[in-house]
Amino acid sequence: MIEIVDIYKTFGENAVLKGISANFKAGKNNLIIGSSGSGKTTLLKCIVGLHEPTKGEVYYDKENFTAMNFEGRVPIRKQIGMLFQNSALFDSMTVEQNIIFPLNLFTEMSKSEKLDRANFCLKRVNLEGKNKLFPSELSGGMKKRVGIARAISMQPKYLFVDEPNSGLDPKTAILIDELINEITEEFKTTTVVVTHDMNSVMGIGDNIIFLHNGEKWWEGSNHQIAHTDNKELNSFVFASKFMQAAREKL
Amino acid sequence: MFHSLGRYILLLRLSFRKPEKFSVYWDEIMREMVSIGIGSLGIIAIISVFIGAVAAIQVAFQLLSPYISKSVVGSISRDSTILEFSPTISALVLAGRVGSSIASQIGTMRVTEQIDALEIMGVNAPGYLIAPKIIAGLTMIPLLTITSVILGLSGGYIACAASRNIATADYVMGLQNGFNPVIVTVCAVKSIAFGFIITSVCSYFGFYTSGGSLEVGQSATKGVVFSCIWILFADLVISSLLL
Repeated sequence: MIEIVDIYKTFGENAVLKGISANFKAGKNNLIIGSSGSGKTTLLKCIVGLHEPTKGEVYYDKENFTAMNFEGRVPIRKQIGMLFQNSALFDSMTVEQNIIFPLNLFTEMSKSEKLDRANFCLKRVNLEGKNKLFPSELSGGMKKRVGIARAISMQPKYLFVDEPNSGLDPKTAILIDELINEITEEFKTTTVVVTHDMNSVMGIGDNIIFLHNGEKWWEGSNHQIAHTDNKELNSFVFASKFMQAAREKL
Repeated sequence: MFHSLGRYILLLRLSFRKPEKFSVYWDEIMREMVSIGIGSLGIIAIISVFIGAVAAIQVAFQLLSPYISKSVVGSISRDSTILEFSPTISALVLAGRVGSSIASQIGTMRVTEQIDALEIMGVNAPGYLIAPKIIAGLTMIPLLTITSVILGLSGGYIACAASRNIATADYVMGLQNGFNPVIVTVCAVKSIAFGFIITSVCSYFGFYTSGGSLEVGQSATKGVVFSCIWILFADLVISSLLL
């Protein structure tokens, strides 16, 4: 479980996060949603330690991650897998080398064990046989899947996903959502997904946090979101005519 | 300025933290050595031969008279090639070729979140990305400078052979006359210092790139410009101290 307590983040005079507290449950898909500029990605970066919060704490299974130095964080970071918005695959490495990279650095596995693990991860994301391709030879959806394969190569306890569906067609986006959901259930990971895709919200949102202007505005599940009377949340979720029509049928 | 200097020093300190796994870093050092050393050999060879030839021709034009020995062309070409042309001009060219490549490579990794991905994994990103480049620069740039000296002096020989003014025998005699080994020491110190400046300064600008592709280009330009300035400054300091 991940717990964040009273997180503030300011950049100069600009307060991006204003006292956000939340619990992200183990074995569940925890979604952070909100409009552009609401502070979703900044919150995610504070949680994983890419940004230091101006104030507040992040706990990974009761361990205060914020108070740790670089060396202290390494054991927790080895349990973190992250899929970035643009996949962030290493351009100079093949798909297989990308997946094996963390195994090379942090495990004592033999070459054949590492290859087996890479093949398992690739099979898990339906990309068997793509080992020798470079990221530049992959489509957007394939890059996301390789990103997921790399994220799960170390069998992470915590999985973070930043805008998994950006730049993808609706069908591929649903496939990526399903894959994230399957991995969360299969490996019992604490999964935190930053998104503004309503298909993801309705499809995999076990626990949803809605951010508005850097503050936590609402928290609940995908079943509760359709019946909320929160004005800001409703204007975000049901912004499109299609979603408004869908709501009327609920 | 002091803020940037402080950040640069802190980045260097982070770069030389204990590696997570030495074998992975070793592979990276070898890759960088090939990229910097073998990759720059062609351009260094071309400029060295031409500069050596031009140096010999110009010295001959300025100094030859019935009162000065013809072998002086060889002596002055040797000293200026070893002391200045080979280390400094090679370094300025390498700042353009190697430095811009380093800054843009690291800068691109920054803006495409590849450096974030390294940090999330628990990898010391400055150590993995910058230390191998600095080590490769410290070893390969002196080797390139030695190559440049040899080819520069050969260029002078070729120029003499092609010219009717100086006999090659006079040029070779000049190369051997009055040789002071301290110029080799100065050349070695300069090339090591320049190797460090090019790789570390350009890595710094690449590592702290923020924004997009436009900023990557700006970082590469800044890296090259600042490297060149620091190379010339270090050239002055080393020459003043050692000569």
